[in-house]
Amino acid sequence: MKFTWFNLMPWPHLPEDFREKHRSVWVDIDSRLYDPAEGNRVYHEYMDQLEYADTLGFDAMGINEHHQNAYGLMPSPNIIAAGLARRTSRSAIAVIGNSIALYNPPIRVAEEFAMLDVISGGRLLAGFPVGTPMDTNFCYGQIPALTREKYYEAHELIMRAWHEDEPFAFDGKFNQLRYVNCWPRPIQKPNPPVFIPGGGSIETWDFCVNNDYNYSYLSYGGYKAAKALMDGYWETVAASGKDESPYRAGFAQVVCVAETDAEAERLYADHVLYFYNRCLHVNLGFSDPPGYRTVKTIQAGKLNQFRAENQRLFTQLTWKELVDGGYVIAGSPATVRERMEFMIKSLRLGTLFLLFQIGNMPDDKVRNSTKLFAEKVMPALRDTWPEWKNDDRFWCKPLETRVRPEESRA
Amino acid sequence: MNERKIETKRGIKCRVLEAGQGAPVVFFHGAGGLLAQEPVLEALSRRFRVYAPEWPGYGADAGEEKLDDMLDFALHGFDVIEALGLDARPSLIGHSMGGMIAAEMACIANQAVEKLVLIGSAGLWIDAHPVPDIFSMLPFELAQVLFADPKAGEKLLTGGIDFSNMDALQTFMVANARRLGTAGKILFPIPNRRLSKRLYRLRAPTLLVWGREDKLIPLVYAERFRQLIPHAKLAVIDAAGHMVPYEQPEKTTAEIERFLAPA
Repeated sequence: MKFTWFNLMPWPHLPEDFREKHRSVWVDIDSRLYDPAEGNRVYHEYMDQLEYADTLGFDAMGINEHHQNAYGLMPSPNIIAAGLARRTSRSAIAVIGNSIALYNPPIRVAEEFAMLDVISGGRLLAGFPVGTPMDTNFCYGQIPALTREKYYEAHELIMRAWHEDEPFAFDGKFNQLRYVNCWPRPIQKPNPPVFIPGGGSIETWDFCVNNDYNYSYLSYGGYKAAKALMDGYWETVAASGKDESPYRAGFAQVVCVAETDAEAERLYADHVLYFYNRCLHVNLGFSDPPGYRTVKTIQAGKLNQFRAENQRLFTQLTWKELVDGGYVIAGSPATVRERMEFMIKSLRLGTLFLLFQIGNMPDDKVRNSTKLFAEKVMPALRDTWPEWKNDDRFWCKPLETRVRPEESRA
Repeated sequence: MNERKIETKRGIKCRVLEAGQGAPVVFFHGAGGLLAQEPVLEALSRRFRVYAPEWPGYGADAGEEKLDDMLDFALHGFDVIEALGLDARPSLIGHSMGGMIAAEMACIANQAVEKLVLIGSAGLWIDAHPVPDIFSMLPFELAQVLFADPKAGEKLLTGGIDFSNMDALQTFMVANARRLGTAGKILFPIPNRRLSKRLYRLRAPTLLVWGREDKLIPLVYAERFRQLIPHAKLAVIDAAGHMVPYEQPEKTTAEIERFLAPA
C-alpha cells in the first residue's frame, strides 16, 4: 500500500453562520474572511504538518490546486511543493495536481513539474486533473464544452515535451508553439508517474486505462458512497484486458485516529463538522455548468441534487451520520484498521490520499491522529497486496544519489 | 409551421421551421432554443416567407462539435441560408444569442442582409451593468431573469415538465447541457466576442426590439447598440422581459412588420 498524507489547506476561520450568511465557499467567497497575517501562520503550520508526515514514514506528501476556495488555499501547489522539496528528501511529492487546461501555454506545467522532479531528486508524482467546474470554468473562465478537449491537448503537449529529444512545432487547436523544448528535463524517464484525480466523469476512466495512469477518486463522500463508481472503473479496467493492479486506483478518505472511538468523537468531531458543514457549502450553480459534463456522464449520474426541494434538505450533517455513512473513518486504531481494510479491499485500492488535517483541526490534534495512524494502523495495512508488491509502475523512482538538503543544513 | 431538414455544405444537418409567402425572413433563436409555440413567427408568416433554423446542439442531430467560435457560428448561419435556396436577399431577425450571431453576419458580409432585427440581443458588455450569469443558474432559476412575469414564463421555458420526475429531469438536463453547452462557446464566461469592434461595418437598416423589463440584457444595452449603430431604430415594449417575443407577441410582431414592410 502507498499512503499519502494529504493537506487541502482549508481556511480555519469560517464563521459559525457561514452557511446561512454566505452562498458559497468557492468562486465568490467573501474575500474579507481572509486575513493574510493569520495566513502566514496557517501556511507554515500546514507545510510543517506535511513535513511531519514525511518523518513518520508516509509514502507521499499530497497537495492540490484550487482557486478562490476557502477550503483549498493552494492556487499554486507547485509553490508548496518547492518548499517541501527543500525540507524533505524521503517521501514522494504528490502534486495532484496542476489543472493543465488552465495554463497558457501548458508547457508551463511541463517545465515546473520538471523543475520539481529535478529539485526533489525524482520524487514527483504528477497529477493532471481536468479541473472542477468551479476552478476551471467559473474562476478561470474556460468554456465548459471545450474544457475536456483543451485538457487532452494540454496532456499531449506536456507528454511530447517530456518525451521528445528534439525541439518540435506544436500546431494545436488551443496552443500553437513554434519551438517546444522543455528545459530542464525531468529525472524520471520517460516521465514522472501520472495521477489523474477524478470527481466522477466516466470518460476519464478510459483515458487512465489506455495510458496506464493511476485513477484517483477524490470525493469527500467516503468509501461507502464510492463503491458503485469504483466498481465502474474496475469494470473498465477488466474490459480493457489490462491487469488489475490495485495501484491503478487511488482514493481520498478522511481519517481520525484516537485511543478509543469515544475519544475520537470528543477530539475531532467539531473539526470534521466544520469541514462538512461549512467548507463544503458550495453554490450548486457552480458545480455543473452545461457542457462541462458529457451527455454520457449525465446519463450515468444521479441528479437528485438539482431538484429544487432537495436544496432545502442539504443541511447540517451530524458526526454519527458522517461515521455511519463512511464519509469519515474515525475511532481507535483497531476500529480504523478494520474499516480501512474493508475500504481497501472493497474498492481495490493501492494508493490512499488520507486527510488527517480536516476543517479547522488544530495542529496538536492533527499530529496526534497522524502519529497514531503511522504507528498503529499503517504497519498492519502496509502489505495488503503481496501479489503486487513488485509493481512499481505507478510510483516515483528517486535518484539514489540525490541531494538531501534538509540533512546537509549545518 | 412546416418542418424540414436541411444539410449545409459543411455537413451539418438541422431542422428548419418554415411558413408563409413573401420576402424571405430568417429567424435565429436564442440560447434557450425554439419553443413549442412561436407566435411571432406564425404571425409574420402572413406577410413573409419565414424560416427558423435550429442551431446545432439544439435538435436531434449532432453537429455542434463542428462549431467552436463566433466565426464558425456566423458562417454556419450563411451556410444555412445557402442551403435554404432563397431567391432574394433575406432579412435576419435574431433573439438574444441569435441576435448576436445575426449582427456578426451582417457585419461580416455587409451586403448580404436586407434588413436586421435584433431582439434583446446579446453581444455587448458594459462593466457597470453585468449580464447575469445564466451558466451558474439552476434550471428552475432561469425564469426569474428571463421573464417580466416569471410564473407564467416558467411553463414556456420547460414545456411544463415536472422537475420532481427523475426521468423527465434527466431528459431535460441532457438537452439543457447540449443547448447551453453549445451556447457557452460564444457566451461563456462573458457574452462578448468583440462584436462592438465590427458594428461600424453594418449597413443593413436595423431595428432594435427590447422588453422594458429585460433583467438579463437590460435596456441600457439597447442604448449601447444604438450608439454603435447610429442608423438603428429602437422599439421598447412594455410588460415584457428578455423573452419579449413570447410575452408580448402581438406588439413584437407589429413592430417588426412595420419595419420590414412599411405600409
